[in-house]
Amino acid sequence: MVLLQRPHILLLLIGTHQFLQCWIAFGSVNEEGQKQAEFSEELLLKPLPDHKLLAHFHFQSSGPPSTSNGCHHHLFPKAISQLVQKFRIKEMELSFTKGRWNYESWGGFDPLSSSNAKPPGVELWAVFDVPQHHIDASWKNLTHTLSGLFCASINFLESTATYSTPEWSFPPASGNVRYGTLPCEAVCTENLTPWLKLLPCRDKAGIALLLDRPSLYRGFYHSQQLHLTSTGSSSEGIDSGIILEQTLTVVLQPNSEMAIEVHASEKHIQPSWSLSSIFGKQVSGRCVLAKPSSVYLLLDRGLSAANGLTSENFWSNPSFELSANPDRIFLEESSSHSKSLSILYMFQVEKYCESEPFDIGLMWKVPVAWLCQQTPLHASRFLMGSGNERAAIAISLKSTQFTEGFMSANSKDGSCELRVDVFQVVPWYVKVYFHSLRVFVDQQPRAVSDIIEKIHVSPSKDKMSPGVMEVVLKLPCRVNTAALTIEFDKGFLRIDEYLPDANQGFDIPSAIISFPNFHASMVFLEDDSLNKSPLLSKFQEKCPVMSYTEVLLVPLTTPDFSMPYNVITITCTVFALYFGSVLNVLQRSVAEEERFLKAKAAKKTGRLPLLLSKLSAKLRGRRLEPLHSPPSSSSFINSKLVLKVILVAGLAVGWQYFFS
Amino acid sequence: MEKVKKKIGSFSFWNWVTASIIFRLILIYFPKNLNLSSRPEVSTPLTSFRRLAEGYWLKQSFMSPYAGSMYHGSPLLLSLLGPLTINRIEGQPNHLLYSLVSVIADVVSAMLIRATGQNLRLAYLRSLESLDLVKQIEVSEFLFSGDIAALIYLCNPFTIVACVGLSTSPIENMAVILCLYGACSRLIPLAAFGWVIATHLSLYPAILIIPVIFLLGCGPDSPPRKLFLQRHQQKEVLNQSKLPPRFSWGPVIHFAFWAFLWSVYVLVLCGISLKQFGGLWEMFKSTYGFILTVEDLSPNIGVLWYFFAEVFEFFRNFFLIVFHVNILFMILPLAIRLRHRPCYLAFVYVAICSMLKSYPSVGDSALYLGLLGWFVNELADMQFSLFLFCGYVGVSLLSPVMHNLWIWRGTGNANFYFATAMVYACLQIVLVVEGVSAMLNHDRKLRNLITGKPQDAKS
Repeated sequence: MVLLQRPHILLLLIGTHQFLQCWIAFGSVNEEGQKQAEFSEELLLKPLPDHKLLAHFHFQSSGPPSTSNGCHHHLFPKAISQLVQKFRIKEMELSFTKGRWNYESWGGFDPLSSSNAKPPGVELWAVFDVPQHHIDASWKNLTHTLSGLFCASINFLESTATYSTPEWSFPPASGNVRYGTLPCEAVCTENLTPWLKLLPCRDKAGIALLLDRPSLYRGFYHSQQLHLTSTGSSSEGIDSGIILEQTLTVVLQPNSEMAIEVHASEKHIQPSWSLSSIFGKQVSGRCVLAKPSSVYLLLDRGLSAANGLTSENFWSNPSFELSANPDRIFLEESSSHSKSLSILYMFQVEKYCESEPFDIGLMWKVPVAWLCQQTPLHASRFLMGSGNERAAIAISLKSTQFTEGFMSANSKDGSCELRVDVFQVVPWYVKVYFHSLRVFVDQQPRAVSDIIEKIHVSPSKDKMSPGVMEVVLKLPCRVNTAALTIEFDKGFLRIDEYLPDANQGFDIPSAIISFPNFHASMVFLEDDSLNKSPLLSKFQEKCPVMSYTEVLLVPLTTPDFSMPYNVITITCTVFALYFGSVLNVLQRSVAEEERFLKAKAAKKTGRLPLLLSKLSAKLRGRRLEPLHSPPSSSSFINSKLVLKVILVAGLAVGWQYFFS
Repeated sequence: MEKVKKKIGSFSFWNWVTASIIFRLILIYFPKNLNLSSRPEVSTPLTSFRRLAEGYWLKQSFMSPYAGSMYHGSPLLLSLLGPLTINRIEGQPNHLLYSLVSVIADVVSAMLIRATGQNLRLAYLRSLESLDLVKQIEVSEFLFSGDIAALIYLCNPFTIVACVGLSTSPIENMAVILCLYGACSRLIPLAAFGWVIATHLSLYPAILIIPVIFLLGCGPDSPPRKLFLQRHQQKEVLNQSKLPPRFSWGPVIHFAFWAFLWSVYVLVLCGISLKQFGGLWEMFKSTYGFILTVEDLSPNIGVLWYFFAEVFEFFRNFFLIVFHVNILFMILPLAIRLRHRPCYLAFVYVAICSMLKSYPSVGDSALYLGLLGWFVNELADMQFSLFLFCGYVGVSLLSPVMHNLWIWRGTGNANFYFATAMVYACLQIVLVVEGVSAMLNHDRKLRNLITGKPQDAKS
């Protein structure tokens, strides 16, 4: 039997093997015929004016359409593609941020800052491709999934009181977008590890090797993002799969020891740095799965102008020295409104290997000072008023003289206008009075209808939905300062709605100030090679200029957290007192009253009063007098009662005194 | 007694009325209304002027006034008073027109109280006459309770604060008084109108339907009917004309008809003004629903806010039911015991409501303290009146201090403020209990006078 069966099994095995081989071959053919999963890793370094260095890691995976390979994935993370398929996400962005982007010195007008400067904490927005009434359910499930995926409390965004539906002022606006933030979420390495898990080489090879936790979290600003774009919708017909962009932006302070050694006399010289000095690691070759794997060094317009870099002399520069030779140099396409151009040095990681690791350093020779390009108006937000009953939010916009040139370029005729969109979400316990909206332009109060072109308000509902305010301001171009103020009452919460540290206060999420007339983009020459680099092609996209304001901390009044039992018992006692005494008064009739008086009189001659009167008689040194039966006046009772109370109290005091 | 009467006599009623009006106008001209409009004692979520303005703003920007949880009042109030929140006269304080409306409402209420008080006094004298007790009671010493009640209402600091603090309670109070006045003077449509409007504005006056039915059925306050029968048995002549009338259903049915008519009218008006928004259901949910579920936990002079801020979520519904039922439970016993004195019954109901309602304000206290003035003669030997007076003064001084310590300075604690609210509730309980027992004692005294017993039946 055994002998007979064996050949069959063997045949079967061979057969299945062949079939599998065919299947695999067919699968790969199919993939090549359509589109393959791709992965790219890039790092952009940019010196910042205030002696800091910006490092921007950009990893992009593009997954093929789900129909082509079923549920098998080579490069693209399976968890993400399942997420997209399940909740039918069109676009989604999740960011974990620690620290605040310094718009004044780090700039706000380039694509890097307008898409990577995020509010502190967690910000999540998603566009769904589902019918309107399913969106909220999808959002809830999505928050829970992401919460599990990234080890963060994103599930707090589930309740309707925390997320909002921007109508038009949020840039990726459409009807199906949901937006939520958790300003007080603490971001740490436990959120980074699951994020790295989505990379095919994790942090074991390639550029991600640089992600050394201690040096990352020592930085001034740290923002870790996940951006998903999916076009895999059946309705549109075109199915190009999912694009997952993972970016990590950090602002670090390079150790300036090298600079001090070289130029001890020069205080204002920029610190020199190298990859190994800031991250403590070097790149030992690319991640083998990454197609373009490159490092860029960006000198922005202000810096190149300060260095005197032009299109002629950028190869050899007197003011700084690079430790590695760039493979390519890109110049920004000259635009109408600025003379200076950004310069991008590109280094290919592919050339380097374990024995010869890649390490780029920048050594400054002469001090340089420059300014980054700023948003047309610098926005800040603060609270007004004192006390815990009411206050006001003020959003102040201050003109940055830097962009005056843009404005004059934008104004066609004499009356030029600057459009500013404000998107503000307030939690429900900040009860905003929308009728108290005031607008000040150059410190002069102005009629609301003059300045505000469009306003959309969805007032907050207690414990149901947050208040959303979307405003379009039309400001004159020559404006110096503008301010919006709006009053609110501070709500009172139930004790179990307070956070564990209730006296710390509650956060109002950042307002988003966007300038729809301005677009930040960097177009570099030599377009043919740029198509390969997702980072640079992203720079070329026109993205709207927007900035986030500060998170506000609103202290709310707290009840006494230790009191619930006392409050319940005391209040119930008062109610019982009311109920009992009113009923008592009502049901007392004359006959009963007489009986009551008699009973009272009978009680008087009870044992205790008798004893007490005996005692008092003894104290007085007199003989006991028989008590008069029924006392006729109430004053007599009262005086007796008072006497008794005093006596008992005296006894108690004596007792206490004696035993202590 | 003599002195008081002389005082009242020397200062004429109208001087006092003008003085109180002038005082109000002076207060209105203070900058920012002395911040009274944001005091928790004056502006509850239901009566707040700022919320009214917010509701009006929402309505003007084509949103439902109930879209947020800001406005919880009536849509009619919004249409009538809303425009006054933004209309202003050049060079005058911002809310002058609105304040003037409040002042007028107060004066009208006072006049109606006065008329009703005179009515009640006449009825009382008539009943004493028919009991032949005119000599024993010394009617000549009787105070003009109508004038006193009107002056108490007008000069009460609570009323003044509610009026100057731009709350809507003067209007709510006026509706209640209109209802009682209409019922006392047998203007049935007016009574029905007042009752419907008062119920529409603040829900609690709905229970005033019982005193109104008694008022319409057997006329204003008088000693119990049994006394008249006893008296006539003593005299052994049964003079039907001197007996108070038996309960007659005619006016009550008339009242029911008018109440139905007015409520349909009010609902239709509300429906029209909320047509493009959520409709009537939304209105009921965010007015009556808001009152009954105590959603807003901002501090006020009641006790429920702190209770529901502290109580465990699990028991919330239970206690909501218990506290609201507390009001309802007392309706029947009080109605049985005080059925011959419907106006007094109404006073007790109003006092109980203002004590147990979810968002009480001083405007509610002002109403029942004013109504208390009607019964100065009957309640002459009420106990603890000095204690109550001192208690009211003390609480109204301490409560703002504790609020300031807690909210503004952060040095106090919520418990301090809650303690004053507790004391205030206790004071009102004592007032109600003592008031009811004094009135019952008064009836007992009358009976003893008739039967000839010695008159010390009070406990």
